[in-house]
Amino acid sequence: MSIAFWIIATLTVVAALAAVLLRNLVHCALSLSLTFAGLAVLFLQLDAQFAGFAQILVYVGAVAILVVFAILLTRSSETPKDGGVFSPTWLAGLAVAAAVFATVAGAIVYSVNGLPNAQAVPSVTVLQIGQALMSRYVLPLEIVALLLTAATIGAVIIAMHEKPATKIGGAK
Amino acid sequence: MFAKLDQIFILLRDWVVSFLPANWQGIAGVVLSVVAIIAVFPALFAIAVLLERKGLGRMQNRLGPNRVGPFGLLQPVADGIKSLTKEDVVPTNADHVVHFLAPVVLVTVVFMGYAVLPMGRNMTLARMDAGLLFYFAMGASSELTIFMAGWSSRNKYSLLGAMRGVAQMISYEVPLLMSSVAVVMITGSLDLDKIVEAQNQYSWGLPHWYIFTPWGLAGFVMYAIAATAETNRSPFDLPEGESELVAGYFTEYSGFKFAEFFLGEYVGMLSISGLGTTLFLGGWSSPLEVLNWVPSWIWFFGKVMMSICMFIWMRGTLPRIRQDQLMNFAWKFVLPMTLLNLVVAAIWRFMGDGLLRWVVCSAILVLMYAGVGLTGMRRKHFGPRSYRYAE
Repeated sequence: MSIAFWIIATLTVVAALAAVLLRNLVHCALSLSLTFAGLAVLFLQLDAQFAGFAQILVYVGAVAILVVFAILLTRSSETPKDGGVFSPTWLAGLAVAAAVFATVAGAIVYSVNGLPNAQAVPSVTVLQIGQALMSRYVLPLEIVALLLTAATIGAVIIAMHEKPATKIGGAK
Repeated sequence: MFAKLDQIFILLRDWVVSFLPANWQGIAGVVLSVVAIIAVFPALFAIAVLLERKGLGRMQNRLGPNRVGPFGLLQPVADGIKSLTKEDVVPTNADHVVHFLAPVVLVTVVFMGYAVLPMGRNMTLARMDAGLLFYFAMGASSELTIFMAGWSSRNKYSLLGAMRGVAQMISYEVPLLMSSVAVVMITGSLDLDKIVEAQNQYSWGLPHWYIFTPWGLAGFVMYAIAATAETNRSPFDLPEGESELVAGYFTEYSGFKFAEFFLGEYVGMLSISGLGTTLFLGGWSSPLEVLNWVPSWIWFFGKVMMSICMFIWMRGTLPRIRQDQLMNFAWKFVLPMTLLNLVVAAIWRFMGDGLLRWVVCSAILVLMYAGVGLTGMRRKHFGPRSYRYAE
């Protein structure tokens, strides 16, 4: 675990904590995008170039902006409500989160121990990713495409229902 | 001799680095290249700003700035001094941290894009396997900074400008990427160096640039449209429209922060022109085989400056597009045409060499352009104006 990993990991964790603890909602969204960027740098540090850049392109470039637009278009005022940010059942929430984290971490550590040690790091080029997507993983690719099509059609339908709105001051 | 001139910057860097001890040489070379980029592109920004003001002036039948030096050539110096010495006014209600960070992050992210552009033979700063993806990742990150700038000013006009700007940039991100995917498909690699090397071949003295193919020409036109919209240049500059929104998302910025936004916009313009020349115009390869002795970086920067002149020309000539026309254009016209361009590029690839593939591909593109244009225009009904308010 090199020094670079510790610096980036600390930055990511701090940004993620800030994303849930800050008072101003847009500040939270911006620290969330900093978390995404930190994750992307972790991917790059593991030599997964495609994953890292795709993470920046998709998360920081699209998801963060989506979050920000959602905040802007649905908040009635810019100042957050005082108090009431933390729910009254926070202890139970903390226990559940800790249990889930322990399960996932245990699964990862167990799977890493199952692999032979000192494995050469495979350098995966985009060409290999593309070939794998088209040969071995073509079914998941098509299913994801179907899912995205369904999501797009759903979004269009949700947006279309606003059309028969009342026309202000105009005869039909 | 000309081969040495071609590689002169590489040789200079290696000579300077050779004075250092061996384990510092690698990092010193990289730092030197970064310093060179940070020095050269703001200088080109100064030239571009001067070119724009003089060019726009002549197109509008007036002289541009002509007081400061001979023919106004020292105007950028005067602008720089002005922006450094102006008072930095921040509104009291503004979000100071985000207000400060927005131009900083913008300039950082925009300069990162230059790392993968091949500016000459062997002159790429960071040769990455997924170079094009890195460039687009950096471009996508710059959209968030516009939102930060507009929101942190606590100004309704800024927020409107920022929302429009972000919506426009997201909408045109997709045609930008899709028109580049056709190039990637034909070349078979995301590495920008390989894309330039694939275009560096000549037949009958003419180069194999992608713009000289039917799908390449269509792709270049769509890339140029999307690039103009991505950098918020006229005719897509409604987010910073001077007559509509005061100055859009950078209304509340003065002094050096405004200069940083300005720098970010023009450096972004240079960067996206650089990518356009790499993808479609052959990067650093020369237009005729007989001219191969001219250094490669001269061709690259010449092509970039030609693209800047095209941007300035478009700004001086075309009127501004309204926001909804802009979005309609992106989603209903440019995006289907980019998808069709992918199909045509595939047909081109699989038809083999010959005159037939030129005829077939050009016919498909022209027919679909006319068809989509006609059907798109036919569905417009202009009824009485209807108002929709946010609930």
